[in-house]
Amino acid sequence: MIKRSTYTSGYLPYLLILPQIVITLTFFYWPALQGLIQSFLLSDPFGQQSKFVGFYNYREIFTDPLYLKSIFITLTFSIAVATVSMTLGLFIATMANRALRAKALVRTMLIWPYAVAPAISGILWLFLLHPSYGIVALGINKWLGINWNPVLNGTDAMVMVTIASAWKQISYNFVFFMAGLQAIPKSLIEAAAIDGASPFKRFWAITFPLLTPTFFFLSVMNIIYSFFETFGVIHTVTQGGPGGSTNILVYKVYQDGFVGLNLGSSSAQSVVLMSLIILITVLQFRYVEKKVQYTG
Amino acid sequence: MVEKTPVLDSFTYIFLMIGILIVGFPIIYSLIAATLPLEAVSKVPMPLVPGDQFLVNMKEAWTRSNLGHQILNSFIMAAGITIGKITVSMIAAFSIVYFDYRLRVVAFASVFCTLMLPVEVRIMPTYEVAANVFGPMQTVWNFLHLSTAVSWITGNEFEISLNWSLLDSYSGLTLPLIASATCTFLFRQFFLTVPEELCEAAKMDGAGPMTFFWKILFPLSTTNIAALIVIEFVYGYNQYLWPLLITTNPDMTTAVIGLQDLIPQADDLPEWNVALGAALMVMLPPVLVVLSMQRWFVKGLIEKEK
Repeated sequence: MIKRSTYTSGYLPYLLILPQIVITLTFFYWPALQGLIQSFLLSDPFGQQSKFVGFYNYREIFTDPLYLKSIFITLTFSIAVATVSMTLGLFIATMANRALRAKALVRTMLIWPYAVAPAISGILWLFLLHPSYGIVALGINKWLGINWNPVLNGTDAMVMVTIASAWKQISYNFVFFMAGLQAIPKSLIEAAAIDGASPFKRFWAITFPLLTPTFFFLSVMNIIYSFFETFGVIHTVTQGGPGGSTNILVYKVYQDGFVGLNLGSSSAQSVVLMSLIILITVLQFRYVEKKVQYTG
Repeated sequence: MVEKTPVLDSFTYIFLMIGILIVGFPIIYSLIAATLPLEAVSKVPMPLVPGDQFLVNMKEAWTRSNLGHQILNSFIMAAGITIGKITVSMIAAFSIVYFDYRLRVVAFASVFCTLMLPVEVRIMPTYEVAANVFGPMQTVWNFLHLSTAVSWITGNEFEISLNWSLLDSYSGLTLPLIASATCTFLFRQFFLTVPEELCEAAKMDGAGPMTFFWKILFPLSTTNIAALIVIEFVYGYNQYLWPLLITTNPDMTTAVIGLQDLIPQADDLPEWNVALGAALMVMLPPVLVVLSMQRWFVKGLIEKEK
């Protein structure tokens, strides 16, 4: 797309777009290419020598039980984070949209966690769920009768990072659901009410179907969030432990590449991760946008 | 609402309160913890009455990990990313929308491709680039055996080594994160909605492209810019993986990463009051930005993702 009325002046447009192109080439295309090449090479840890090994690195990671486990963990984790934060976000947004008074105040009190860094969210929940000092952990021990110990138990650790990651994301989902709810024409709701539909019926028959575009969009955004931005949560709270039970893909790339200095394997993992994200994005643009119901 | 539902309405407010409480609880609890002395904070359960040690804990947190300097680093990083991204993408979008030239589509497509790929998927090689920004050129240079060619022509030994490292520098913290297409895409969308007549009128009056940009397009974009400032500031300030990799010098550490050192480990004194006090201080700037610019923030967040 371009304007009907345009300028034509020799070098100026090139000059204007140059910074973006230079930055994109140096920090995006070149590293992406390097990563791709690196994933077909086997190098010694100091990067002195490397030789071409074909798909060796890929075969290695896909036969590595730790990597397969990490894929499974990442999927479980991202689905859990998306489900928890979207359910709560939608619930709170529906309530806030129903509320007649103090809408602005309610919104103010709900959106600020967006600004909290994932790592800080991790620290706050680490304290609340700490096996010896956490008040929430105490409640879990006492009332649910579970011997809560995220330091030793992998499932507990997973629950802990999921809560910390989902909590921060509630406000993001809230903002979008709120915008989605406000975009629904009042007349539709009123017509249904006149026909005798109860508030619950109206929610499931009108509001919910009309929110599907928001819903799908948020699923993708939440999955991408839990794939990458939760690095801070993992790094501060569990460091991938105990026993690799919270070692999500992006954390494994970091550990194998920067801590283990296994460049080939780390690059192959990056390429897999990148392909996965491209796939999700393409799916979102191609498939989801068409399937979505826009009629009530 | 449409009809009178007093019971449902009261439930609405009750659930809303519960929702706000879930969202606010970690902060309220941490605030209380930050006011308590060590003996109280390590009691299980911790007393819920605020203590009087708030300033003492804050001061301890501030000095223990050089928090002031780290927050300053975070600020510089966030400001650099915000200003850099907005400037670069605004002029790029201007070029794409208002000029007709041969490589326009190619340029746009190449930028657009980077839309959904965060820095996290290509950390290793990006780190290598940051370690030597001229690395790509050096590779091309070596590949073409230009050194050999030059020494053959001049008859002298000729070696060139290009080196510019971004490690442990503010440019290293900001530049690689400016490479993102989201802002460019947003400005493009916005420029496309600006009425054609404005540009035509400007041309009629003899305004060149840059005059048009400064006098008409820029003033029209202020709301969009304000919205992006909030979002990009929060994004920049809260970065984790990238600053963790490229800063090894404690003087260059950002605040969010510096907090890691304050978390009590198994063998330490459980000084959660200090750790949480520091966490609260570190998260204050972006929270204040979001709250004070709430209107633009909500608008920007929603427009950006469209």
